[in-house]
Amino acid sequence: MDFDLWAQLPSVLPEIGLTVLAVVVLFADIYGSVATRRNVVFVSAAGMALLALVPLIWQPDPALYEHGILLWGGMVNYDPLSQIFKVMLLLAGAVTCLMAAGDKGVGDKGEFYLIVIVATLGGLMMSSAADLILVFVALETLSIPLYMLASFRRGDQRSAESGMKYFLYGAFASAIMLFGFSLLYGFAGTTNLAGIADAMSNGLGDGVVAVMTALVMVVVGFGFKISAVPFHFWTPDVYEGAPTPVTAFVSVSSKAASFALLLRFLTAVFPADLAVAGVVIQDFWVNLLVVVSIVSMTLGNVVALRQSNIKRLLAYSSIAQAGYTLIGVVALQGANDSLAVASVSFYMFMYIFTNLLVFGAVILFIAKTDTEEISDMAGLNRRSPWLALFITIGLLSLGGIPPAAGFFGKFFLFQAAVNSNLVGLALIAVTNAIIALYYYLVVIKVMYVDVGPDDDVPIGIPRVYGCSLGITAFIVILLGTVAVTPIYDWAALGASGL
Amino acid sequence: MEATGFSILTAIIFIPIIAGVVILFLDRKNRDLVRGVGVTAASAVLALSLAVFFGYDNFVKTGGGLIERQTAMLESGIELSGAQMFADALAFEQRVVWVESLGIAYHVGVDGVSAPMVLLTGMVAVAGVLISWNIEDRLREFMAFFMFLVAGVFGVFIAVDLFMLFFFYELAIFPMYLLIAGWGWDKLREYAAMKLTLYILVGSVFALVGAVAMYFAAGAYFAGSGADVFEAAVASGILPADSRPHSWSIVQLTLAAENGAFGIDILGIEGLNFAKFWFPFMFMGFGVLAGVFPFHNWSPDGHVAAPTAVSMIHAGVLMKVGAFAALRSGVQLLPEGAETHLPWMVFLTLINVVYGALIAFRQRDFKYVIGFSSVSHMGLVSMGWATMNLTGMTGAGIQMFSHGAMTALFFGVVGMVYDRSHTRDIPSLGGFMKVMPWVGVAFVIGGLTSMGMPGLSGFIAEFPIFQGMWAASEQITLQLGAFQLSNYYSVLVVISALGIVITAAYVLRVAGQVFFGEFDAERFHDVGNIEMTDRIVLIILGSPLIILGLYPPIMAPMIESGIRPLIALLGGG
Repeated sequence: MDFDLWAQLPSVLPEIGLTVLAVVVLFADIYGSVATRRNVVFVSAAGMALLALVPLIWQPDPALYEHGILLWGGMVNYDPLSQIFKVMLLLAGAVTCLMAAGDKGVGDKGEFYLIVIVATLGGLMMSSAADLILVFVALETLSIPLYMLASFRRGDQRSAESGMKYFLYGAFASAIMLFGFSLLYGFAGTTNLAGIADAMSNGLGDGVVAVMTALVMVVVGFGFKISAVPFHFWTPDVYEGAPTPVTAFVSVSSKAASFALLLRFLTAVFPADLAVAGVVIQDFWVNLLVVVSIVSMTLGNVVALRQSNIKRLLAYSSIAQAGYTLIGVVALQGANDSLAVASVSFYMFMYIFTNLLVFGAVILFIAKTDTEEISDMAGLNRRSPWLALFITIGLLSLGGIPPAAGFFGKFFLFQAAVNSNLVGLALIAVTNAIIALYYYLVVIKVMYVDVGPDDDVPIGIPRVYGCSLGITAFIVILLGTVAVTPIYDWAALGASGL
Repeated sequence: MEATGFSILTAIIFIPIIAGVVILFLDRKNRDLVRGVGVTAASAVLALSLAVFFGYDNFVKTGGGLIERQTAMLESGIELSGAQMFADALAFEQRVVWVESLGIAYHVGVDGVSAPMVLLTGMVAVAGVLISWNIEDRLREFMAFFMFLVAGVFGVFIAVDLFMLFFFYELAIFPMYLLIAGWGWDKLREYAAMKLTLYILVGSVFALVGAVAMYFAAGAYFAGSGADVFEAAVASGILPADSRPHSWSIVQLTLAAENGAFGIDILGIEGLNFAKFWFPFMFMGFGVLAGVFPFHNWSPDGHVAAPTAVSMIHAGVLMKVGAFAALRSGVQLLPEGAETHLPWMVFLTLINVVYGALIAFRQRDFKYVIGFSSVSHMGLVSMGWATMNLTGMTGAGIQMFSHGAMTALFFGVVGMVYDRSHTRDIPSLGGFMKVMPWVGVAFVIGGLTSMGMPGLSGFIAEFPIFQGMWAASEQITLQLGAFQLSNYYSVLVVISALGIVITAAYVLRVAGQVFFGEFDAERFHDVGNIEMTDRIVLIILGSPLIILGLYPPIMAPMIESGIRPLIALLGGG
């Protein structure tokens, strides 16, 4: 095949752009004047926001991705699934930068933005990786910056502890996953994702236990990244200890990129028609993930009920959210997998903005009041009506109440589940959604009903910050009302590239 | 009906939403402006809902109107199609495709059952704004959330798309939570608000799963064996030309139900009939909000804890939202399930009627009396649905309107008394007729309505329900072993009529103790007569009770025309 640079370039253009941006930020931070350094945040945010347009402008050709389109020597997928995830990751990076801007000890250091950009680069590569080697490289490009970010506030013991914990768990999970990869390579003799499936279905004989071992090992790695039970132990501590803008970033980027990769990995390496020694591998991972999903959402929600720290509450809520999203992954077993893929992509799309909104508002609250206790949010509605409203919209979206985007997000997941004959799972999920709503409503109640000692002390919102929160809140509402169709249809295209 | 162009109903939904957003942006200290925007929006909505009501009245009654067409159809003896009749009955339609690939549309329209509900919501919206005129604490937020609540309620009534119905249903829940938790009676509000929200959500999300299952079952049917039915419906204009087999349109789902798409077995398990399995989820899921026993428990606490305006809209309109949605998504879409389950659910509604009245009789708290009376009266609505005949269901439709106005009036009265006397303890009140004659008269009118006095709307509503129930024993068979339980529906009527007697007892007791008797001039020295805004509230809510009571044709034929498609679906003539 001829190598046509111009045809292949758009598939990695955002990654190239991010690399350039990272270099620019690095040099501006080192050699720039004070004023330049102050503007690094805007350069990073605007750069990533502009790069988010690239996947929108250079859409892959539908005729090509129908047959699966691999570029750059079979390393990179160029299909709608990778495009939609690239857009959301870039936007998440941009919003994170804006939200970190005012944070002392975090946002005033130029290298923070550099690390966020590199982490985003890793996420982008993950969402389009088509080869075990690239998968692992991308995973580490995302993970290692996140470990650094978690311990970014070096002087703070909690931050250091959280970084260390994250690193130890993360390294462990990566090692197991890598072991799984090596097993897969051993079976197949190729590192290409689609090639592995072909090789396994032909010549494995009765190696079904080995294949399942490899599968479980890979799932462990993903389980860690998306903080699904039982690989969730790092989540509350890291969320609580890490600087809050970092928590916001960790909670969305690594999760979204991992779900993109998980969808691709499971459909490519363990497709529905793969049977080893007469055992259909898909049944195995579907059952495995059903259990993980149920346990994650139930445990996350039940434990969240008992939390008094807002960051820990959001940590357990994010474990539960991972459980919900897994429903969409499990629904891949159905006949119509575009519903499943679309539900996961849409959920992640809205989840990114929702979580950033909640965390963004909470960051401000913590910065102004120096407390993370939910009970100290009492009377927030009187102190800052807008802040209370933003948190409320975010929590409603997490809880799945219209007009916030979460309603459609959850609805698509349940729909995919029912379509794949998983009515039981859907019923368990809606029961969980109600448990979850309880603790979200408690937070809202505290803000609107309870009377706090500082009721008369208003909390001011800096203008730039207020605007970025307002825009995020507006996007959350849009995604729940008029913007559903374009995003959902785009997300539904994602299935055709798998 | 054609479904193009702008509908007045769209304005009815969006005016409160826009007003709510605008109010949030107003200066919080400028209370007059906040109230002004609120009352303007509510009045505009009331005016529009009056236009809808009388427009629909016209649509029904004119020469060649809906009633004549339905009568002609009945007489011609052709096989009736409920879906066709339902599509015919819709007016003020507007349809905009929302999520095309999933068949979700923004599709509004009213039929004979929902048109009176739209009017009711408009009335209570204005009354609610007026009665909240003097709220001290965060008036701006209160008014904005109230507007969102009103929009959500309207949305449910006018939805012709099942997804949209859920969307607005859930949309209404959150502002309601905040209004009760934030502005309610501080002894009970947190507990009651949370309880109410969770009860209602549990019901609705289970119904949502059922609705998703219906969507796929109907889609599979229209894409497969029912393709010819689908094409015929599109060709004859029942369904819009751009319909897909998978759709959330209530018309299309009704068509599926009628052609047996929901008669399948679930997961291939023999005897686990789809319609029979999902009907309890759909009917009871929404029935929770209508206060059906044994899921009524949230209701008295919720009503007592809520601020007056929210009690009014809650008992007056939201409980009807529940009953209405149970009818739309339960009885209309799963008629087979209704035929199986409603005959025994009748007994639950009987418990509602009698038990609710008995507990109301025992209360000392003025507001609890009204709260439990709502449970009792909403039982009559569910009982009316359960008769599954034209008389009973029409009665239930009228009862929805009648009870809505009546109970909103009651809660208004309680609020006015409580605001001035600062107590709701019935024995310590007395003689308020002297100082608040308007309120006293309003309570007596409401009370007479609630005990079914002829000449007031309660009689027009309750009598047909009992009549329909009596007749139902000939149409419905319910076996309990060898025992033919359905032969004893007449006994059931007699027992539930006892509920009316108990109602009379507690209404008279409350009227006697609160409004007549000795007035404690020393304790209630600062109690004066009510203001103009409050008088308007009483007039808006009280006059329909009398008008409807004296002149039933203003509403009864309309509701009857809305019930006929259901009767056709349930296999009756």
